[in-house]
Amino acid sequence: MAHTRVAQRGLGTDGMLIALALGIGVFYWLFVAARAIDPLMSFHAYVFILAFIAGLFGLVMYATKPPADETGYQTAVVKAGVFASTFWGVAGFLVGVIIAFQLAFPNILYFDQLGWTNFGRLRPLHTSAVIFAFGGNVLIATSFYVVQRTCRARLAGGLAPWFVFWGYQLFIVIAATGYLSGVTQSREYAEPEWYADLWLTIVWVVYLLTFLGTIWKRKEPHIYVANWFYLSFIVTIAMLHIVNNLAIPVSIAGSKSYSLFAGVQDALTQWWYGHNAVGFFLTTGFLAIMYYFIPKRAERPVYSYRLSIVHFWSLIFIYIWAGPHHLHYTALPEWAQTLGMTFSIMLWMPSWGGMINGLMTLSGAWDKLRTDPVLRMMVVSVAFYGMSTFEGPVMSVRAVNSLSHYTDWTIGHVHSGALGWVGYISFGALYCLVPWLWKRKDLYSRALVEWHFWISTIGIVLYITSMWVSGIMQGLMWRAYNAFGFLEFSFVETVEAMHPYYIIRGTGGTLFLIGALIMAYNLWRTARGDLRVGEKRPYMAPQPALAE
Amino acid sequence: MYEKLSSFAQTGGLILFIIAFVLVLIYALAPGNKKKFDEAKRIPLEDEEDGDVR
Repeated sequence: MAHTRVAQRGLGTDGMLIALALGIGVFYWLFVAARAIDPLMSFHAYVFILAFIAGLFGLVMYATKPPADETGYQTAVVKAGVFASTFWGVAGFLVGVIIAFQLAFPNILYFDQLGWTNFGRLRPLHTSAVIFAFGGNVLIATSFYVVQRTCRARLAGGLAPWFVFWGYQLFIVIAATGYLSGVTQSREYAEPEWYADLWLTIVWVVYLLTFLGTIWKRKEPHIYVANWFYLSFIVTIAMLHIVNNLAIPVSIAGSKSYSLFAGVQDALTQWWYGHNAVGFFLTTGFLAIMYYFIPKRAERPVYSYRLSIVHFWSLIFIYIWAGPHHLHYTALPEWAQTLGMTFSIMLWMPSWGGMINGLMTLSGAWDKLRTDPVLRMMVVSVAFYGMSTFEGPVMSVRAVNSLSHYTDWTIGHVHSGALGWVGYISFGALYCLVPWLWKRKDLYSRALVEWHFWISTIGIVLYITSMWVSGIMQGLMWRAYNAFGFLEFSFVETVEAMHPYYIIRGTGGTLFLIGALIMAYNLWRTARGDLRVGEKRPYMAPQPALAE
Repeated sequence: MYEKLSSFAQTGGLILFIIAFVLVLIYALAPGNKKKFDEAKRIPLEDEEDGDVR
């Protein structure tokens, strides 16, 4: 017979399990959609159904392809993560710019017919987009890359990493559409409602198992320090997410839920979560990036491996107690406030130990800062880490906090960490990853990286300096009394005084966004394999593949 | 009860944390571990292309 059957890949246990889960999920959400007690629940039920059907379709497409070599490193999911990070990054920065100008010009950028454009809905969209969508995708992508490389083993779990990737994107879509249409449980950085939280829990547990499974089958006897940092990020975020989101839904078919905690316990749980989202999402995860990508890019081992061990254990032991500094002068017992403050001050030591370890990795190779803008970006990022981890403990002191709390100083502090530290170390990692993953000799253009670096740096400086001035002024105006013991200023007078600084802040944010757009263009051309003509290339990016 | 628990948590916590920190220092600084750490710090620089197929 002329007819020959083409070999198909089929589905392994991993694919079967995912298909089963998605199939059950479709029926569950059909049930919810049919009985939904509010329109938002029904909307999200249909989003889940569509996504799960798309997932099943994707599995069929996968299974019917001819078998491929699956012994090397799994890089496709990392490539997808690079795309997602860049996309969500630009989207999140854009929303940030929009809300910055909404604050500067509230009478122009207010549309009372369009509820979803309200600042209150867009603000969590911005915070979640930059922290969880951009930062989260960077962490998932780099952790999948680093754990394979440093364990010399392919990612465990077959299709599980893909489930993590797409499951996480689905969580982002559910969270983001929820914020815009008014679904929120009003917890800072934990706004998604109970069903989105449960979905993220499933995705996160699979992420943890994938990561652990890869470490389990490693061929390298030692577990490199970056993996310790990634693991602490994954495990702690799981714990924080589950405890802070303990809630009872009003109905199994309704979007609203109520927290298990009340009063000061609720506040403490929330800020235990909130501060450790900073500590274990935005710090340990990105320190893992520092410990892999800076040595790799500088082609030198980390300054002190011993220091990295002390750094790791002291950081994770101390960070988890710092949360109560968000609750100074509240109903929280004073000793608990003092405890939060004391642990925050102690964080100076591990934070600066880590910073010194990152910076000193370049000792003997400082000239590379001049020739390699990507390395410079990562080093400046570590410098910003040092600066914001110095500022944070100062602000956690009760006396300082009485001036800084509820003012723009806090916003400035957060952004020196977020734009300077998290943003720059992520950009550096993306600039490294794209040539490595797509096997290109170099980035499309180093000159564009220089443009990105300088435009964004000016943007960050404008942002944080304007917020320092605005915040301290705001704090001083709030506590000013006149000769009769009355408040000197009304609230609206402080708002008026802040107007020029809000414009400066918006301008800084716009510059940061422009920088990110330049990066997106540069990465896109790099992935396509283009090299900008006529550019001097003083030194080529270190290549894991072509180094021989 | 509250007083007992909080004083135990405070004093006990202090002692526990100091012991833990000393253990970390011993582990990190022990001369016997030097070779292991010197090898470990080279891990990112010594990877090869194809993972499992080596």
